[in-house]
Amino acid sequence: MARFLLELTISDINICPWPWLAYTIAGLVHVALILNLVAVSALVFIWLERKISGRIQDRLGPTRVGGKFGWLQTLADGLKLLTKEDLAPGDADSFLFKIAPYVSFCAAIAAFIAIPFAGGAYPWVAQHLNTGVFFVLAVLGLEVFGVILAGYASASKWSLFGAMREAAQVVSYEVPLGMCVVVPVMIAGSMDMVVIGDRQAGLFTNWLIFHDPFTFITGCVFFTCAMASVNRAPFDLAEAESELVAGFHTEYSGLRWSFFFMAEYGSMFSVSILASILFFGGWHGPVPITSMIASSGEVGTWGWGLAQALGLANVLLKGTLGVCLMIWVRWTLPRLRIDQVMAVCLKYCTPIAAAMFLGATLWHYNVPNKNFFGLLSVPEAVYEISEGWDHASESEKESDNEADSVAVLVSPVDDVAFEDVGGRR
Amino acid sequence: MESIYWPTFFFWLFSAVTCSFAVGVLLASNIVRMAFYLVLSLAASAGLFFLAGADFVGAMQLMIYVGGTLVLLIFGVMLTSQERFIEMKTPSGEWVIAFFVGASLLGLLLQAAQGVPAWQGMDRETAEAIKVEKTATPIGMGLLGVRVDKLDEPDETRQAGMSGYLLIFEIVSVHLLVVLVGAAYLARAKRKRSRDDSKASAAEAG
Repeated sequence: MARFLLELTISDINICPWPWLAYTIAGLVHVALILNLVAVSALVFIWLERKISGRIQDRLGPTRVGGKFGWLQTLADGLKLLTKEDLAPGDADSFLFKIAPYVSFCAAIAAFIAIPFAGGAYPWVAQHLNTGVFFVLAVLGLEVFGVILAGYASASKWSLFGAMREAAQVVSYEVPLGMCVVVPVMIAGSMDMVVIGDRQAGLFTNWLIFHDPFTFITGCVFFTCAMASVNRAPFDLAEAESELVAGFHTEYSGLRWSFFFMAEYGSMFSVSILASILFFGGWHGPVPITSMIASSGEVGTWGWGLAQALGLANVLLKGTLGVCLMIWVRWTLPRLRIDQVMAVCLKYCTPIAAAMFLGATLWHYNVPNKNFFGLLSVPEAVYEISEGWDHASESEKESDNEADSVAVLVSPVDDVAFEDVGGRR
Repeated sequence: MESIYWPTFFFWLFSAVTCSFAVGVLLASNIVRMAFYLVLSLAASAGLFFLAGADFVGAMQLMIYVGGTLVLLIFGVMLTSQERFIEMKTPSGEWVIAFFVGASLLGLLLQAAQGVPAWQGMDRETAEAIKVEKTATPIGMGLLGVRVDKLDEPDETRQAGMSGYLLIFEIVSVHLLVVLVGAAYLARAKRKRSRDDSKASAAEAG
């Protein structure tokens, strides 16, 4: 989007001769948007969690603050947390103790840098990386670092136990998580999240979770592993309050404590959005309203903006639904033991993910250009759109063409498969 | 503001962060703080890669080095460290030796860096004219055995030497697999002795 603003500044408005100013403004806008998204979504999700858990347990949940439904309850809690004393234990390593919540929070926010909220020629993404999925996975794995620092620096055995559990759990669950991500990457032929999202344009039958039976199971495994990697119940061993007091945040209070929770809800939201982009169509709704608006001839900037805003609403809605699912699971299932958590990862999720990866590869090779369990063919519009919407820079396009030509030259397999790959680009 | 070339500014910024936290690793005596500074230093060098337009390498740096240091921190330090390793004091003799080794290596590297003409700094116009290429696709094709970046090489002998990295990639993969299997073998629960074994050992002991 920085590029869009830059071009707008230079060519259209033509009053701002300083490109660096455009970049600075674009950067500040993105930072403000992402910070607010994480903070406000945490506000909403905490309220939602209390309401849903209340209903599941046949209670009402918060009812008073802010008039109806207690919708301002989280804000009141936040004010209470602000007024609490900022304590650190006497034996704590106070520098690491103080900085740990910020490390977690930074990692949770940094994942949003590469997540697109709407696709097309000018996708709504803070920094359009052509290896976006990989970046998001790499950054999401760093959130645990703050937790480990907190556990160590608190100088409390409960904190240390919680941190060690979380570390073991997150490091283990990265393996099946990465394997599940490879499947949509392979089908879309790109690690660019914008390309993966636009591969699923059109009806909901084009969503990658319905691509074939293997991707369906892969999607389920992905969501399970995502839940474990963001440390949510039934995998919330790091803060198991019946055994470890409060786990890694036993010694924290006030605002620093709330930073951990903003990080947790932020990363819940980001893995839900990641799941929605990889498997559930991303910014393409179940019915292709946005594509109809965008493809109905000359729509101008406002029509384009409307289509993008609808896509944004789609992404946020799907992300919220994913978070609701996590909340539902949390208040329904009991917590697993640590050996059960490890068994789920190593004995079930990893082999299933590996088998599904193999199956999806074979399916994709033998049934090319088909969607919805091989019943429907991939609409031509997807190819036209993804070719017409020039998402890549010129140099990347050139290298892609080179790649295709080389592939045809030296390919040991038949041409059909490689035409297929070329078409997906 | 117009006269500042911003990539240079950010290069110096990230370099300063990288180097200062690297010095922090040296000066800290607490092993967890050392690991924390190391993570920050490595993350800042990932920032340098992102600045150079190498998104893939930058994400790799984050995932492998920063994530790897994380695992190092967990398993190497917290599970095995005794009290005497938590606070480490380096004797002054080791400081001197380390200084000479480090300084000679730094001198060698600086010499090498200055000696290569292609690595010399360029003026601003040349730098601004360069278009940063996205490298993920060539890297991926290179790992599959095709060097798309070397198609234009006119010399046939050199072209033949520019095959991809498929063999190396496979060797590394198999190596890692062997390491994984070995780790699983070492870490598994001790096998229960059968009755005959225990009898035999009892007889030996007797």
